[in-house]
Amino acid sequence: MSSRQNPEIMTLEKGCELIDAAVTKLKRILEGKPEPAFLSEEYIGYYTAVYNMCTQKPPHDLSQQLYDKYRGIFEDYDTHTVLPSIMEKHDEYMLRELSRRWDINKPMVKWLTRFFFYLNRFFTARRSLPTLTEVGMTSFRDHVYNNVHFNVKQVIIAMIHKEREGQQIDRALLKNVLDIFVQNGMGSLERYEGDFEVFFLKETASYYSRRSSRWIQEDSCPEYMIKCEESLKKEKERVTHYLHSDTEPKLVEIVQSHLLVLVAKQLLEKENSGCSALLREDKTDDLSRMYRLYHAIPNGLEPVAEAFRLHVTAEGNALVKQAEDAATSGSVEEQVLVRKMIDLHDKYMVYVTDCFQNHTLFHKALKEAFEIFCNKKVAGSSSAELLATFCDNFFRKAANDKSSDDSTIEATIDSVVKLLDYISDKDLFAEFYRKKQARRLLFGKFNDDHERIILTKLKGQFGGQFTSKMEGMVTDMQLAKDHQTDFEEYIKNCNTGKPKGVDFTVTVLTTGFWPSYKTSDLNLPVEMVNCIESFKAYYETKTKHRRLVWIYSLGTCHLSARFDSKPIELIVSTYQAAVLCAFNNTERLTYQELLEQVNLSHEDLVRVLHSLSCAKYKFLNKQPASKTISKTDSFEFNSKFTDKMRRIKVPLPPVDDRKKVVEDVDKDRRYAIDASLVRIMKSRKVLPHQQLVSECVEQLSRMFKPDIKMIKKRIEDLITREYLERDTENPNTFKYVA
Amino acid sequence: MLWIKLFCFVITIVCAAPLTDLERDINNYIEVYHKYSSRISNLIEPEGIEKLCSDLDVSCTDIRFLMLAWTMKAEKQGYFTQEEWIRGLMALRADTIDELKKALPELEKEVRTPPNFADFYASTFRYSLTEEEQKSIDIETACQLLDTVMGSTFRPQVDSFIEYLKIQNDYKVINMDQWMGFYRFCNEVISFPEMTEYNPGLAWPLLLNNFVEWIREKQA
Repeated sequence: MSSRQNPEIMTLEKGCELIDAAVTKLKRILEGKPEPAFLSEEYIGYYTAVYNMCTQKPPHDLSQQLYDKYRGIFEDYDTHTVLPSIMEKHDEYMLRELSRRWDINKPMVKWLTRFFFYLNRFFTARRSLPTLTEVGMTSFRDHVYNNVHFNVKQVIIAMIHKEREGQQIDRALLKNVLDIFVQNGMGSLERYEGDFEVFFLKETASYYSRRSSRWIQEDSCPEYMIKCEESLKKEKERVTHYLHSDTEPKLVEIVQSHLLVLVAKQLLEKENSGCSALLREDKTDDLSRMYRLYHAIPNGLEPVAEAFRLHVTAEGNALVKQAEDAATSGSVEEQVLVRKMIDLHDKYMVYVTDCFQNHTLFHKALKEAFEIFCNKKVAGSSSAELLATFCDNFFRKAANDKSSDDSTIEATIDSVVKLLDYISDKDLFAEFYRKKQARRLLFGKFNDDHERIILTKLKGQFGGQFTSKMEGMVTDMQLAKDHQTDFEEYIKNCNTGKPKGVDFTVTVLTTGFWPSYKTSDLNLPVEMVNCIESFKAYYETKTKHRRLVWIYSLGTCHLSARFDSKPIELIVSTYQAAVLCAFNNTERLTYQELLEQVNLSHEDLVRVLHSLSCAKYKFLNKQPASKTISKTDSFEFNSKFTDKMRRIKVPLPPVDDRKKVVEDVDKDRRYAIDASLVRIMKSRKVLPHQQLVSECVEQLSRMFKPDIKMIKKRIEDLITREYLERDTENPNTFKYVA
Repeated sequence: MLWIKLFCFVITIVCAAPLTDLERDINNYIEVYHKYSSRISNLIEPEGIEKLCSDLDVSCTDIRFLMLAWTMKAEKQGYFTQEEWIRGLMALRADTIDELKKALPELEKEVRTPPNFADFYASTFRYSLTEEEQKSIDIETACQLLDTVMGSTFRPQVDSFIEYLKIQNDYKVINMDQWMGFYRFCNEVISFPEMTEYNPGLAWPLLLNNFVEWIREKQA
C-alpha cells in the first residue's frame, strides 16, 4: 500500500483486480458458502483503494469509472446469477429463491456501498447521480424484479386460492415476498398495487362471485349470512398475516359487494328464510347479524330497511283485512283490531331497538309502514273513529273495573297516543273522541284520573289546542259536582223547600267545550218545571253573566210507574218521561194530541213512542198494534204491564253521529285552511302558488292531511273575498291584499 | 264712450269667430247622439241601443258592438251616456252613422291585437255585471258571452268548455278570476285537445283543473 506522502498511481486495471476479489469473496459469504469473514484490514484496504483512485490527480482520477464499475457489479450479478437462479424454479420454490436472493441483495448493497463509500461523499452528490444504495437497489429491481414479478404474482395468487379452499400455506413466505413488491416501489406502493394487488382483487372478485352464486342457491338466508361473516373474518386475517394494510378496505369492499350487495334482493327476499321469515319467527340473532353485515356497507342498510317496511306493512294490512272480514253488519270489532295493532307495533319496535340498534332508517321504515295501514278505512269506519271507539270502550270498562291497575292503563294509553301519531286525520279522531267522551261523562261511568291521564299525554304530544275542549269537559264535571252540593244547600235554606219532593241534579256544561246538542222546546211536566225554576234562581245568585240553555235531550228521569200488579221504577230519558207523564191525566192520547202537548218534533216523538210501545218493554199500548209509528196512531197507558225486575232502564237509541262528525270536521278544516293561508300570505306578502300550497300543507300536517283541491278552492274563495289577488304580471303568484 | 264701444265691438268679433275642427266634430257627434237618446234622461237607453244596432247592421250581442262599447268605455250594459258616445266616436273618427258602420271592421282588427284583446276580454265580464255588488255572472250568461267573445278564435276550446260548464255541479257562477283563467288557458295551452302545454301544478283556477280532467277522462 502506498502512503499519501509517496503516492503510487493505481490504475483501473489494478483497482478492478482488487475489487473483483473482494466481490467474489463477498458473494461467497452471502451465498452461504464456506469463506472466512472479512478482516478489518481487508475492509480498510478496499476502502482506501477506492479513496486513492478517486483522489488521484487527473487523468488518473477514476471516480466515474469506479461508479460504472460499481453498477456493473450489480448488473452482472443480477443478470447472470440472481435472475437465472430464480427463473429455473417453480411455484413455492421460486418464491423461496426470490426471497433468498432479496435477502442477499440487501447486505451486498450495504457492503459494497461501504467499500465504495468515498464515491457517495463527493462524486454522486456533485454530479447529482443516484447514490450507491439507489444504484444497487435499482439494479435488482430492473434486472430481477421486473422479470419475475409476473410469475411470482401468479404463484402467490394460486397459494392464496389454496388457502381460501382450506389448505395451509406458508404465510411467512408470502409476507416476505409481498414485502419485496412493496420495497421495489422505491417509496411508493405503485409496484405492489400494479404488479400484485390489482390482480389479487380481480381474482378475489371472481372467487366470491362464484361462491355467492352457489351459496345463494343452496343455503338459507341465515346460513348464507354466517358464511359471509366467516369470509369477511378470514379475509381480514389474511391482511394481517401477509397483505399490506392498504389492501384491507379494497378487499373488504369487494367481498361485501359480491356477497352482500349484488345479491341483496335475492338474499333478503328468500322465501321461508329471508328477512320476512326471520321477522315472523323472531330470529333476533340472524336479524342482528344481518344488521351488522349491512351496516358496514355505505347505504347497505337501505334494502334491509325496505324489506322490513314491506313486511310490517303486509302484516298491518293483513290485520286490517282480518278486521274487515270479521266485521258483521258494518260494525268492526275495534277492541280486537286496535289491540292487535298495538301488539304489532310493540313487537316490531323491539326489533328496531334491539336487532337494528335504534337506527333511524328502521324507525322511519316502521313509521312509514304504520302510516300506510293505519289510515285505511275498515268497513266504512275511518281508523280515527275506530281508535276513538276503542278508547271509549276501554275507559268505560276501566271505570267499572276496580281491580285494573294504573300501570296497564297507562301503558295502553301510551300505545294509543303512539298509534294516533301515525293517523293523518288527527282532528277527526279528536272530534269522535270528544263526542264519545261527552256521552261517557254524562251517561256512563268514568274515572276522573284516567280521563286526565290520557288528556295530559295527548296534550304533551299534540299541543294544548288539541285537548283544550276535552279538558274543559272533564273540569265541567268536577265543577258540576261542586255546584250540586251548593245547590242542595241553597234548596235547604230556601223558603220554598225541595220542589215537590223531586230529587233534581243539574250538570252545567260550558258551551264551546261540549259538542253542540239540539235544544228543543219540550213541554215539561209541571213537577219538572218547578225544579228548573228553582235551579235558575240558584244560578242567578252565583253569576249574572251567563245564560242557561236547557238540553232536555240529554236528561235522565227516574219515574215510579204504578202498574196494576206492582210499581216499577223506570229509568228513562227526559223526552220519554214527558210523554209518559202525559198519561198521568188521561188514559188515551192520539199522536196528534201528544204532539201538541209535549211539543217535540215529529222525528223525536216517533223515536220516543217507538221505544215505549214497539220495543222490548211495552209501557204504552198502541192502536193499531203495528211495528211502526204513524201519525194516526193512538196510545194508552198499559196498566197491565209487569216484569220481574223492579227497576227497568229503557234506552233511547242514539242517532247515528258519524256523518255529522265528518261534516263538522270538514267545516272546521275549511276554516283552518283559510286561517293558515291568510297567515302565510300575511307574513310572506307575495308567494308562488306551489309554495303557498306546500307551506299550507306543512302547517296543517300536525292535525290532518289537507286535500289539495280543497286548498285551491279556499284560495279562490279568498280571492273572491279580496284577501288575496293574483299578480297581474305572473298569474302563478299571489299577493296579499292588506 | 268711444273706448267702451270699441271694447264691445271687439268682443262681438271674438264671438263670431268660426268653430274649430274639434268643436265641429263634437257637434256632429252630439247631433247623431240625439237620434238615439231619450229626451228625458239624455241617455241612450235600450230602445235606442236597438235602433242603433239595426242602423249599424249588427246584432246587439255581436262582438263588434261589444268592441264599440269597450272603445266608449261604457259602464252600464244597455245604456250609453253622452260622454261615452263622444269618446267612442272621437276615437273612431266617425261623424255619421255610415262612417261609424264603416269603422267597425277596422275596429275589430284593432281590438283583436294583443294587449287590447286581453283588456277587452276582461271588460266584457265587468260589462255583464248588472247589480251593484255583483261579482260573478251565472253559467248561462257566461256561456253566451264566451261564445260571442272567443267563439271565432278558439272554437274547439269554447265549445268544449261550454259543454263542461253546463254539466258540472261545482260552480253555479263564474267569477273574474275564472273568466280570465279561461283566456289564459286558450292562449297558453296551444294544442287542443291534446293540451301538451298544460301543467296542472300551476295556479290554474280549480274550475279549469276539473275541466282538463274531464276532457282527459273522455279521451281515455
